[in-house]
Amino acid sequence: MSLSATATRFFSTSKDELTSKKRDEFEDILEERRLSSDLRYAMKCYTPVIYKGLSPCKPNAIKSVVLQSEQVQYVIKQLAKEMGESPDIIQEEAMEILDEMGHSMQLGTVRFFAFTLSKIFKQLFQRVCVNEEGMQRLQRAIQEHPVVLLPSHRSYVDFLMLSYLLYTYDLALPVIAAGIDFLGMKIVGELLRRAGAFFMRRSFGGNRLYWAVFAEYVKTMLRNGYAPIEFFLEGTRSRTAKTLTPKFGLLSIVMEPFFKREVFDTYLVPISISYERILEESLYAYELLGVPKPKESTSGLLKARRILSDNFGTIHIYVGQPVSLRTLASGRINLCPYNLVPRHLPQKPTEDIQEFVSDVAYKMELLQIENMVLSPWVLVAAVLLQNLPAIDFELLIEKTVWLKGLTQTFGGFIEWPDNLCAKKAVMSGLTLHSNIARLVDGHVVLNDKGIEDGAVGEIVFKRALVILMCSTYRNQLLNVFVRPSLVALALQMTRSFRKEEVYSSFSFLRDIFSDEFIFFPGISLKDFEEGCFLLTKCDAIQTTQQEIYPTDKGSVVVSFLSAMFRPFVEGYQLIFRYLSKETKEAFTEKQFVPGVRNFVFQLLEKGATQCYEALSSDMQKNALAALVQLGFDVQIEQSCLFLMKELLFCVL
Amino acid sequence: MAAEAAGSGGGSPASARRRLRIISGHLRGSPRAAGQEALSPSPCKAQGGSAGPAAGSIPKKRQEILKWNGWGYNDSKFIFNKKGQAEFTGKRYRLGGMVLPTFKEWIEKTFGASLEHKTTSRASLNVNDVPPPIVNEEFLQDLRATKISYSQDAEDRVFRAHGHCLHEIFVLREGMFKRIPDVVVWPVCHEDVVKIVELACKHNLCIIPFGGGTSVSSALECPEEEKRTIVSLDTSQMNRILWIDEKNLTACVEAGIIGQDLEKQLSESGFCTGHEPDSMEFSSLGGWVATRASGMKKNIYGNIEDLVIHIKMVTPRGIVEKNCQVPRMSTGPDIHHFIMGSEGTLGVVTEVTIKIRPLPEYQKYGSVVFPNFERGVACLREVAKQRCAPASIRLVDNAQFQFGHALKPQVASIFTSFLDGLKKFYITKFKGFDPNILCVATLLFEGDREKVLQHEKQVYDIATKFGGLAAGEDNGQRGYMLTFVIAYLRDLGLDYYVIGESFETSVPWDRVLDLCRNVKERIVRECKEKGVQFAPFSTCRVTQTYDAGACVYFYFAFNYRGISDPIHVYEEIERAAREEILANGGSLSHHHGVGKLRKRWMKESISDVGLGMLRSVKEYVDPNNIFGNKNLL
Repeated sequence: MSLSATATRFFSTSKDELTSKKRDEFEDILEERRLSSDLRYAMKCYTPVIYKGLSPCKPNAIKSVVLQSEQVQYVIKQLAKEMGESPDIIQEEAMEILDEMGHSMQLGTVRFFAFTLSKIFKQLFQRVCVNEEGMQRLQRAIQEHPVVLLPSHRSYVDFLMLSYLLYTYDLALPVIAAGIDFLGMKIVGELLRRAGAFFMRRSFGGNRLYWAVFAEYVKTMLRNGYAPIEFFLEGTRSRTAKTLTPKFGLLSIVMEPFFKREVFDTYLVPISISYERILEESLYAYELLGVPKPKESTSGLLKARRILSDNFGTIHIYVGQPVSLRTLASGRINLCPYNLVPRHLPQKPTEDIQEFVSDVAYKMELLQIENMVLSPWVLVAAVLLQNLPAIDFELLIEKTVWLKGLTQTFGGFIEWPDNLCAKKAVMSGLTLHSNIARLVDGHVVLNDKGIEDGAVGEIVFKRALVILMCSTYRNQLLNVFVRPSLVALALQMTRSFRKEEVYSSFSFLRDIFSDEFIFFPGISLKDFEEGCFLLTKCDAIQTTQQEIYPTDKGSVVVSFLSAMFRPFVEGYQLIFRYLSKETKEAFTEKQFVPGVRNFVFQLLEKGATQCYEALSSDMQKNALAALVQLGFDVQIEQSCLFLMKELLFCVL
Repeated sequence: MAAEAAGSGGGSPASARRRLRIISGHLRGSPRAAGQEALSPSPCKAQGGSAGPAAGSIPKKRQEILKWNGWGYNDSKFIFNKKGQAEFTGKRYRLGGMVLPTFKEWIEKTFGASLEHKTTSRASLNVNDVPPPIVNEEFLQDLRATKISYSQDAEDRVFRAHGHCLHEIFVLREGMFKRIPDVVVWPVCHEDVVKIVELACKHNLCIIPFGGGTSVSSALECPEEEKRTIVSLDTSQMNRILWIDEKNLTACVEAGIIGQDLEKQLSESGFCTGHEPDSMEFSSLGGWVATRASGMKKNIYGNIEDLVIHIKMVTPRGIVEKNCQVPRMSTGPDIHHFIMGSEGTLGVVTEVTIKIRPLPEYQKYGSVVFPNFERGVACLREVAKQRCAPASIRLVDNAQFQFGHALKPQVASIFTSFLDGLKKFYITKFKGFDPNILCVATLLFEGDREKVLQHEKQVYDIATKFGGLAAGEDNGQRGYMLTFVIAYLRDLGLDYYVIGESFETSVPWDRVLDLCRNVKERIVRECKEKGVQFAPFSTCRVTQTYDAGACVYFYFAFNYRGISDPIHVYEEIERAAREEILANGGSLSHHHGVGKLRKRWMKESISDVGLGMLRSVKEYVDPNNIFGNKNLL
């Protein structure tokens, strides 16, 4: 049970902070848009505050600086030598890469977006709420050091909204790392480019030239303080509304100028964007069930405009405290390796650095999670999923209110206006999400219209769609609940009150679910203690030096928490069962996902399981990844049997 | 005075006179030597038994002409006169007796200091505070028998208990050292040193060699836990030039000679070493060797390691030296490199053979204004690349440029002030330089007249390519004069709640700008975090150029009103600045040395094995730690 001291220091959330988080007030930025002219707003005088060390330059000038940089020239020369080609040809290739990649931000396009997005956002959303103090902090940060914006990623709306927001507050517009797929969209791709998007290929690990050009492009913009750089740690939109485990590539690129002391410091700004109703909710559910994501295309976008008539509720954007990279790194990393090699040479980061980058990535995601706003509907969804097929309306309200208290005890950030009575809150959630649930004869049921008629398979599929959509909202609670809940599950698993044994089960669960939920690496014991602390706080357990045991009145909490995570335990069990039985030979992920989906589908058809969530390709991939990470991929059959058995104890 | 001295030297006429003019450019009217020693290789002037006459500029009783609680000569200091204007006293420096009209305003603006808030040092040393000497009677008996001059006087001992770090001066002004030397001895020749080291070994004493006392690395501080008698071995009376070899252009000199005396005496024969560290008025040849010193004009003459031909050092194991005086030899690792930078931990350097050069025929100052620091550094880099650096080339940042400006004396005629105004107008208005961004390089050329002029043109041509504008000889010369005077400023600051210090590093060219910016920014931030009320003065200059990098010098000072433990705060900030330097790829030290101040980073700097190598040398040479000043390792 040893715990790395540095990790503890690094992840310095104290127990007090857990409960008494102070958060800023929100302002609705659409309110003013509804009162005054959008055109005037789009044409307003825009003079953003800029980085104090900024050397102003045009987007094209950046490209030529990058092309002429020692870093890129070095790689060009290397490649020319290795491939026996003329450097000019490779240089041209680099130029093409730059042209494909580079943004060409123009104020005109920005104004165009400012105008159209005003119209669209007002149509789609009731309110767009922002913590103004966060914007003020950001404004100061932008002037002081280069800034990296790290928003959560739930929707394509994310980056549009963020740029819109910065424009509204007269801050420098960010340049945004976008997937190259957008370039496939006629006009829209180029429009995004002019609004500050730059495009990266999905995978370019092996392409040294691409990597060098891309990295240098990003770093040049950062060093010059050209504009805040924005990208998504999660790498892609989370289809489940659960934070995805972070990707490290871009993060390590933006951290390098600080490691090499080319900049004094860099601010990392976690931004939490929470949607009351996610624009892409049904698309996601289809995707998770294996119906492929429609390719980004302009015609697709035009077809999607019918959603304009729909209501997507409120968006909350919480701009977190800028985190100084220098402060994070202080005393943690040895920079000597950087001193011994010329700074323009590509250098593989040391293990120390890699670990540090990973720690920072997790820390930033945890900060995002901390400030995610949870709507009352999220609570309703969580209760509803535990009470299928139907729950009495009054009971639902009662349980929702109870869950609200528990969530707040665990540090969740619930936006529930003081004067709003519970009934109204639940009702407004149900109205907004009428495609998921509805009120029938005083009972709330899933909205599975048309389920009665149709083949068994079709019924299962439709039901799965609704359940996955509904779980998208419950999922928003999970990272807040995961530590106490895993303790609760471990208690059930162990059937012993000895702390050590409970901890060992907790550790096991934490490892198994390491890709499912966000855990700061290497601090299992601290997570355990935090879970115990929170359970003690809500009187669910009592702890002594050696023992942990549930209190009498705590059993409600403990069983609620384990039920909340039951879909994952059962889902993983099914997946492991599939792996232990059905697979005899080596397989690829492409074969695995449809295989396990069919397997679960058949069980559902037979009524042998009720675990619809096991159909989610996200869960399937996470389970497989965990298996590989834990080194269970060698003797997969026995391992899976073993894991299944272990998990079985949780649900018994 | 310069001409007189040259005359009395008798030797080479015109060049010597020129050389002295050069020195008097920096210093004026340094006290005349009592009498010149004959330049004969006599074995020891103390043969008669009594100590020979003090021939150098600094007497045995240093306190007679030097401040006991600050920098430099008693008669030279900054004061505010009755009109509240700043003035520099004394006649030793060009600035002496001049009024500096804008300086007060600069201090108030830069530090938020006010003349009304004054701290005062104690007026004199309180002898009762001085720790009583730990005396080994048998040693004293033996010492008396050698007839080597010694003292147990409290003032003599305290004077040799410190260098010129801020905390040391602060202690002198307001407190007392916990441990100071117990006995001061003044050997007058190599043989005296051999005797003293033998006695120290016999009686198991601790010897701390003392040269000019200008250390800024806590190297002279006595280790508090030292229980043995501490003998301060003051080399100042070993100050003769033993011989000059004009054929090979070398001179053998006793290690206690101080820089200004060495140059003065050599110039009488028409030579110089060209080694001019900023401390050359007070620092000694032995001290240069012990710290790996660097001189302002190293571009022509080289640093101490380039200048030294032969070293004689007395160690507890015996005497270490080479068997010949040759320009280079391949006989394993150079033993000189164990000695240079050993910081008094291995023994006492007694005699050094050093390269000499004929005095330069011509010398010319110059200066260039650059639109910003970046362009200035790029220019210096190009100059280094083309290997055409003048004797000295330095680039000061904007803050230091303004500082230099504030030290401009009152101009005598309206005409000069009118000219100054025109110049300023031309640079800022006509050329569009921002007075709050521009920076200045100062230049010093030396050599044959023709070559100097040619060289000058080459350098100015390069500067033009980087947007530089020639800004006149006068600015250049004042820049170098300030080097000597600036050390006096700290004492003035201390009177008004301003504390400060300088530190240095060396860094590869490609990191110069990043390092300068980051270190200055770090200082500003640390000050803020530590509760310093007023933004600090944090400035740098690039003082030396090399093929592969540069030496950067930082000045850092702040107003400490409202802080209860200013020295501690100062040290923490300096430490943070050093961490920043190391993180930016700078060295632990370019020429100040490690002493005790920077010991904690030695392992990081030279690796475990490297440190072990140095330790094993120490263990062999001095197994009983007679040279126990605890520096370096």
